Amino acid sequence: MARVGVITFLGSLDDRDALRAVELVGGEPVPLWHGDTDLAGVDAIILPGGFSYGDHLRCGALARFSPIMASVAAFAAAGGPVLGICNGFQILCEADLLPGILTPNHAQRFICRDVDLVVERESPWLGSRPAGTTITVPVKHGDGAWFHPEAGLDELEANGQILLRYAEDLNGATRRVACITNAAGNVCGLMPHPEHAVDPLLGSIDGQLLVGRLINS
Amino acid sequence: MKVTVLVRPKTGIRDPQGEAIGRSLVGLGYAVAAVHAGKIFDLEVDTEDAAEAARIGREAAERVLTNDLIEEFEVVVG
Repeated sequence: MARVGVITFLGSLDDRDALRAVELVGGEPVPLWHGDTDLAGVDAIILPGGFSYGDHLRCGALARFSPIMASVAAFAAAGGPVLGICNGFQILCEADLLPGILTPNHAQRFICRDVDLVVERESPWLGSRPAGTTITVPVKHGDGAWFHPEAGLDELEANGQILLRYAEDLNGATRRVACITNAAGNVCGLMPHPEHAVDPLLGSIDGQLLVGRLINS
Repeated sequence: MKVTVLVRPKTGIRDPQGEAIGRSLVGLGYAVAAVHAGKIFDLEVDTEDAAEAARIGREAAERVLTNDLIEEFEVVVG
């Protein structure tokens, strides 16, 4: 059974939901601690949502220096699958493991609701859902506008690194990008919360696609 | 000695905070065309060497205090 580590940073909120989501899709959840450097031999890693270090300085900018992050970078460089959700996405961007940066929502409002995401291309991260189809996953963020300068954007598109776009202009994200990967495709980040969309009791179960990728890698 | 790192949003980067502040100032009747909100970091550094202090300020700004995708900075010693 695939062992999936979920890192608890100081101020993580969704680590327990992420651990539960791993269990629901058939993986073995393994709690990891930001202050450790040992990854406990896991097969995949989730950086969960929350407000590490109270979002001080910039979201994720301080958590990226946690002791465990050097191990995460080495794991990612070796091709290990890493999923960053919300604050986890912000941390991966600040750590230069993903391109761009998350900036305040342009309308300056915290957004908390289900959103529709359009599949940009078929990917193992999305269970081979075809391009152009829509999945539904909730968001809850104030700093979710992914920003990338114009230079290099077309290259990201050509590399197939953009996996999902918001179906609407939700938060001001550059080219409505909701979910991206690194060039190798093994590190993935998104502001929406797949770990909150895994149980039919609570609505959509489309989040199982992204979490499920971690146990099928 | 003291090193101050001044951080500003890069030209052309959307700055919702500055925009909100600007709208409030205009609402109060001030003739303000635009506001850009930044940050100030005052570092008390453990050296009396101005060049060393400037180096610490620059390095801290590059590694931690700013993200060069969206921000630019200036270091002032003393």
